[in-house]
Amino acid sequence: MLIKSRRLRGLLNSLGSVAVTLFGLLLVTFVISRMLPADPVLAIVGDHATDEYVERVREQLGLNEPILVQFWIYFTNVIQGDLGQSIRTSQPIAQELMNVFPATLELATLGTIIGIIFGIPLGVLAAVRKDTLIDHVVRFVGLVGYSVPIFWLGLMGLLVFYAKLDWLPGPGRLDFGYEDMVTPVTGLMTVDTLISGDMDLFKNALGHLILPASLLGYFSLAYISRMTRSLMLGQLSQEYILTARVKGVSETRIIWKHAMGNVLVPLITVIALSYGNLLEGSVLTETVFAWRGLGLYITDSIFGQDMPAVMGGTIVVGAVFIVINMLTDVAYRLLDPRAQ
Amino acid sequence: MNMLLKAGVAGLALVMASGFTAEAKTPKDTLVMAWVFDDIISLDPAEIYEFSSSEYMANTYDRLVVQDLDNPGAIKLQAAESWSASDDGKVITFKIRPGIKFASGNEMTAEDAEFSIERYVLLDKSPAFIMNQFGLKKETVKDMVRVKDASTLEVELDAPYAPSFFLNCLSFTSAVVDKKEVMSHEVNGDLGYDWLRTNYAGSGPFVLKGWKPNESLVMEANDAYWGGAPKIKRVLAKNVTESATQQLLLQKGDVDMARNLTNDQLTAIASDKNITVAATPKATLWYMGLNTTNPNLAKPEVRQAMKYLVDYDGLANTSFKSIGIKHQTFLPEGQLGADNETPFSLNVEKAKELLAKAGVPDGFNITMDTTNKTETRLLSASIQNTMAKAGINIIIKLADNKTTLTKYRASQHDIYIGQWGSDYQDPHSNAEGYLMAPLAKRNVWQLPENEKAVLAARDEKDNTKRAAMYMELQKQALETSPYIIMFQQIETAAILNNVKGFVIGPTFDLNLYANVTKE
Repeated sequence: MLIKSRRLRGLLNSLGSVAVTLFGLLLVTFVISRMLPADPVLAIVGDHATDEYVERVREQLGLNEPILVQFWIYFTNVIQGDLGQSIRTSQPIAQELMNVFPATLELATLGTIIGIIFGIPLGVLAAVRKDTLIDHVVRFVGLVGYSVPIFWLGLMGLLVFYAKLDWLPGPGRLDFGYEDMVTPVTGLMTVDTLISGDMDLFKNALGHLILPASLLGYFSLAYISRMTRSLMLGQLSQEYILTARVKGVSETRIIWKHAMGNVLVPLITVIALSYGNLLEGSVLTETVFAWRGLGLYITDSIFGQDMPAVMGGTIVVGAVFIVINMLTDVAYRLLDPRAQ
Repeated sequence: MNMLLKAGVAGLALVMASGFTAEAKTPKDTLVMAWVFDDIISLDPAEIYEFSSSEYMANTYDRLVVQDLDNPGAIKLQAAESWSASDDGKVITFKIRPGIKFASGNEMTAEDAEFSIERYVLLDKSPAFIMNQFGLKKETVKDMVRVKDASTLEVELDAPYAPSFFLNCLSFTSAVVDKKEVMSHEVNGDLGYDWLRTNYAGSGPFVLKGWKPNESLVMEANDAYWGGAPKIKRVLAKNVTESATQQLLLQKGDVDMARNLTNDQLTAIASDKNITVAATPKATLWYMGLNTTNPNLAKPEVRQAMKYLVDYDGLANTSFKSIGIKHQTFLPEGQLGADNETPFSLNVEKAKELLAKAGVPDGFNITMDTTNKTETRLLSASIQNTMAKAGINIIIKLADNKTTLTKYRASQHDIYIGQWGSDYQDPHSNAEGYLMAPLAKRNVWQLPENEKAVLAARDEKDNTKRAAMYMELQKQALETSPYIIMFQQIETAAILNNVKGFVIGPTFDLNLYANVTKE
């Protein structure tokens, strides 16, 4: 009984802090959006608006209310699930976000999986073979992934694998001719094409995913392998490793069982951070690959002075980070008994 | 990032030059375009005012009259079968062409045309000002636009205007919508606005199939079109913002047409035998606006000196080679009375003389608001360089387009550099813009004598006399105005050779798909 109520309190606490975090995020974004130098009304009304019309639009948008009142109106709408209408497209923002988010989710998830599959073993390898050629190669690969803009790599990738070798399809989430043949169900193109039962379409969607996802995967690999290497090095110099070696435990077991067990928990944070970054920051990849996702949506909205849309996108990014944090917490608890 | 982008594009060009053939991979009956159309904010003709949405309108709606492609500046009948003006010039009568059917199956009548024109005024969105010029205001429009019989529409104007002026304006704002269909979606007296901004109620050669903002626009051929069904079944436009990506898609045959290639890219594909570039000068000018509230820019000699400090020819042969032609007057080539003389060229000595005469022999420091568009950046860098030769040191303030534009609209600039397109294909559009408002207002140069002359030219009913009046206005503006006009924009489309019949017209709306065929 006691445990139950304590758990409940814990849950309420964390939900409470999520609410406070989201509220704070909303408030800060709102204030910043109102402090921008460009006047959103002048951006909307066009070149021929009379002063009278400008005033009317200002009134319609509620922009002549005190900023706190404006925020309150916005906040109460958001609570009811209404993120408002996009200024540039006149569509409900919540709906637009539901269209673009799955595209980014699909890309970032596959990217992170690629990053994990290759990044962790490479990091471990580099740590174990510290200062050898292998270590240098892994570190160089990481450095390139870290310092060369993903945008440029994207263009080069298209150039080689799409334009020159013809191994992979080009930009977009499907060949353009196929675009309207898929009814969106989940918004994840690979899943939706599977649901449609057309294997050619599925292959097409998967093909389009490979290049951008690999690029993001490379970006994430660079980060994960570097962090794995340094976390692993930290563990390998610990006394318990030495003890195990003296006891004659096999090297493989020492690395994958003993050291990895301790590396895994901090590594979860690394992976979560990397995933969050891909979800929010794949703007340039999305631009190069004409991939209509969250990053591109927010950037376009910023350039279009579409503040309601920017705010909506910000809320989603904030919510994503909160969800990832919560999942990381759960993973911690599962992996590290002490955390319980 | 710009350098890297350039390196990327150069890399692309290199590999492309080494050659791979484009085999069309798009469906035979579909025209697939890579195009930046993120400016579309509405599909309602009474709100449409942006470049891309205007093109959508031109392909999906019938207007009473449109610009004649074969004869720039002249008017062609579309939904109207004929027009006539009363003797006093104050009443224009249209006969609606018989047999026009909307997508709903309803037949077009004069009532639809009446409703459509009233909607422009009553909804009072961006293009409404075009109709307001003729006294068609919210309070009066219902009385001034009248149905005489099922096929006859009468529009009364508040004063006798040059008929060419009224018809040129109407060629943009006379899209006829299906009254029954639109009104069946009316909510709270909004005249169907909420519905039509994302839906379709027209009778044009193509009908709307789907619009995903910033993503795709799909149109299907209207087989029942009165002017004959289009030859292509579907038009699919994809919003591809990165021009290097557009080039790649085109050269691989994944799209039939790339609409937004840069000058470098157009040069790079020039040798590709599979691609043709269609190009037409548009009624859009590249110019600088000089705010006369700045004490230096207030001096006419300084403004004139600055006109001698732009390397027009150098730019025309490099960055603007495929995308602009040298042009220095405020009426673009192709409009009634346009003066194509280009008296200014880079002349540092002459500029220095003028600056000395103005009392600033050593020049001065000044800011320029520049957008992050490639062409604007290239222009501003070149101008910064040539102006410095006479001591005018330009501090470039780079920002995104909307930020720069809102600053300009609020007259908070010294020098603004950007584009201005005519709102409708009549000289009054630019004469008013540059000499009365909004540009004259933003640059604080509203002179009573200009206003008088502009209105007189607008109302002159003899077209030859009218053209001469505009010539005169342009000559004066060349010398004294706070505008340094540099180029007229050329719109380009790079097209695979198996696609024929795409038309790029002189106005920003008239890019037409109806005659496109694919082999």
